[in-house]
Amino acid sequence: MAATVKYDEVTAGQEIPAVEFPVHRVNLVMYAGASGDFNPIHWNERFAKSVGLPDVIAHGMFTMAQGGRFVTDWAGDPAAVVDYGVRFSSMVVVPDDDNGAVITVSGVIEEKLEDKRVVVVLTARSGDSRVLSKARAVVQLS
Amino acid sequence: MALNRDFVGRAYTAPVPYEVSRVKIKEFAAAIGDANPIYSDREAAAAAGHPDVVAPPTFPIVFSLAGAGEALSDPGLGLNFAMVVHGEQRFEYQRPIYAGDELICTSTITEIRSVGRNEFLTVRSDVSTIEGEPVCRTYNTIVERGGAA
Repeated sequence: MAATVKYDEVTAGQEIPAVEFPVHRVNLVMYAGASGDFNPIHWNERFAKSVGLPDVIAHGMFTMAQGGRFVTDWAGDPAAVVDYGVRFSSMVVVPDDDNGAVITVSGVIEEKLEDKRVVVVLTARSGDSRVLSKARAVVQLS
Repeated sequence: MALNRDFVGRAYTAPVPYEVSRVKIKEFAAAIGDANPIYSDREAAAAAGHPDVVAPPTFPIVFSLAGAGEALSDPGLGLNFAMVVHGEQRFEYQRPIYAGDELICTSTITEIRSVGRNEFLTVRSDVSTIEGEPVCRTYNTIVERGGAA
């Protein structure tokens, strides 16, 4: 197993270009089924509004998974992610229309560690909100 | 209602090992919209040097709270699920998860604290194979909105 990105070819401060990940209601239904998280705030608008939310919101873990996808696509190997943590700082509101929502993820190589590992700090936005904070992955490069 | 601090330190082990299947990894990858063949195609995984298909980095969320679920739904804890949102999550890997792994997960409630009007509860889950090989450790913090009010 090996990442396609080589440690010697990256530098601290290097940016990883943004990628947009669209989210529609069906994605949340699929994620509920696959993850086992059937909290109705992720699929039932009537319920979400009754508990004070603006609308149905994406699972935080769905958003985190898009950040993970961003990192694994960049690194070239899913197994290269050895540590990945986030704080959910804002909700991704997913309206029931043709547009849904978009999560935009970008990254910066914050630090080069020992053993050909790097720290990638992620920024994830949806609309005007920063939806992840302290989003950080340690990635094993080649 | 404030959460019952007596639950801090309680540990729960899932009653049966979690069997990681190719089908579940494929389903999870499809649900997050990730078409990487290393998640669904054994030959692609083998070509990348893996013994079998690999689970995506956030996959342990599927099974890591199974043990703690019992604690979180205990009326004695006082958690109102309708007001729960996810606060923080982290996965620390000792090695990747592969299809065919049989995993034991022990979850411990490590902290309950109030921040403003909200209650924060953190569960750490230690995941190893049934042979005892450490695989990963996960940290899950949930927020009960208004719980501390």
